[in-house]
Amino acid sequence: MNIRRFPMTREVSLLVLAYLYVPVLVLVVYSFNANRTATIWSHASLDWYGRILTNPSIQAATVNSLILAFAAAIGATTFALLAALATSRAFPRRGAVEAVLNMPLILPEIVVAVATLMLFVALGVQLGLGAMILAHTAFCIPFAYLPIRARLEGMSRSYEEAAQDLYANRFRTFRRVTLPLLWPGILAGFTLAFVTSLDDFLTSFFLSGPGTTTLPVYIFSAIRAGITPEINAISTVMLVISVLLVSLSFFLSRLRR
Amino acid sequence: MSGSSAVSIRNISKSFGRGASAVRVLDDVSVEIGEREFFTLLGPSGCGKTTLLRLIAGFELADRGVIAIGGQDLTQTPPFRRPVNTVFQSYALFPHLTVEQNVGFALEEQGMARDKIRSRVGEALEMVRMHSFARRRPSELSGGQQQRVALARALAPRPQVLLLDEPLSALDLKLRKEMQIELKQLQAEAGITFLFVTHDQEEALTLSDRVAVMQGGHILQMGPPREIYEAPTHRFVADFIGDINLLEAEALPGDQLRIGQGVTLPMAHGKAGAVTLAIRPERARLTAPGAGTLDATLIHSAYLGTALLHKLELPGGGTFLLRQSEVAQTPLESGSRVGLALPADALRVLDQ
Repeated sequence: MNIRRFPMTREVSLLVLAYLYVPVLVLVVYSFNANRTATIWSHASLDWYGRILTNPSIQAATVNSLILAFAAAIGATTFALLAALATSRAFPRRGAVEAVLNMPLILPEIVVAVATLMLFVALGVQLGLGAMILAHTAFCIPFAYLPIRARLEGMSRSYEEAAQDLYANRFRTFRRVTLPLLWPGILAGFTLAFVTSLDDFLTSFFLSGPGTTTLPVYIFSAIRAGITPEINAISTVMLVISVLLVSLSFFLSRLRR
Repeated sequence: MSGSSAVSIRNISKSFGRGASAVRVLDDVSVEIGEREFFTLLGPSGCGKTTLLRLIAGFELADRGVIAIGGQDLTQTPPFRRPVNTVFQSYALFPHLTVEQNVGFALEEQGMARDKIRSRVGEALEMVRMHSFARRRPSELSGGQQQRVALARALAPRPQVLLLDEPLSALDLKLRKEMQIELKQLQAEAGITFLFVTHDQEEALTLSDRVAVMQGGHILQMGPPREIYEAPTHRFVADFIGDINLLEAEALPGDQLRIGQGVTLPMAHGKAGAVTLAIRPERARLTAPGAGTLDATLIHSAYLGTALLHKLELPGGGTFLLRQSEVAQTPLESGSRVGLALPADALRVLDQ
């Protein structure tokens, strides 16, 4: 049966789309509002975008967020690559290993965040960027793992056999064949991990120390002082960056082999 | 061949899986392949031919037995230390490297000097007439061109033995015929032992110096194509290669064979009881009724251009194919009685 023949398919679809995207649309539109009060429209302006560029707290938070996202994405991608390579071929109990790796996707983040905080306090780890990098690396692993594994799965075993047949030992085979062929998957995984870390609020909120506020944490604290179009502007910038990066990741993982 | 074995396979066994679900893919296989020989492993899928090739390449390790190449025991040696190269069924050209880089891959791994690599790659590409494609990527080439590059890549390091795993099976018929001729010429030019794996009996007969027919992890028969075709020793070999008529018969004492209906043939057989007789369609002859070994009824004749293919019904039931090259003769009507002559030198008594 042709699903398009169902009555009102178009109307229902439009409603669902509106339900999903109207809030985001409102946020984006009001980021171009000149009025101080975020919810009253006066006329269009780019003022607030200018403001966020010169606001030192936002600048500092942005730098922190970027450092954190880069470090966590590099760590998570490294672990994910090793795990994907180890579990790729005829690995016993691979299901169990993957379940453990993917746990951060299922566990309530608040629980993990609190647990991490308690552990760090108990161990005397100083809260701040270092602690955040450790925690972010852990929960970013599954996001980096999935694209890498998908790439590895789709890669014919015969390339590696051919390399070994042509006198490349295991290490040389990895460097000259496996790694270059996996590269798009690794980049896709890195990008996803990066975005995941960039967007994270809960874990960062619990583990941030003095002077290590990230952008989401900054937005949260600023909003308690009242919603301003400045928040709308930063949120819009973050939204655009996230969408771009996720699209990039999607594009990379679909690259032809 | 003794003393000049390029590849020596002795008592090789290999199973996949563990415990009760283990499948024995090769069972005590031994082969000696001579210097510069074009040797083919022929058999249906699952017969163990590809596994044997992979054991020689080093991608799998044997459970038992010895593999020696050029007189050196390499049974436990990893693939990157074996003086053999493989042409893969899927070609496995590295998609991120150019044709030139693919062909030079092994030479680089061997630590050859840059200018030497360049000239060697040029030679190899010249040999397969692909030098004008040196800068292309594999994805920009047709199947036949990829095939040639895969050959050049495997030949460039001048291996002692070239292993070919059904390399022509992805090509269409016309291209496959061309590549068969090229392969044969290449082998003569390169002077390298070729170990070829295929399920295509015609390909095996056309190309090979010797053929080993495999089934169920065993080599059933091994010999020159002519011998495999004309003197099969196993029912499976006879049936797998070309058309053949199989007749149930009984071995009688005194070198006689009885073919149903009280027809007996004098023939040295050295067996007793039920046996299978095999005869190729082109080796039987039509005669006047009563003048042959036995009489049969013509079901129908098919005109093949260079020959006529007659389908006959035997007196005991069962059909018989007969290929007649003298097309000029007056055509026979369906249903007519004919005599069927089975020359003793064309009949084979087979193992089951």
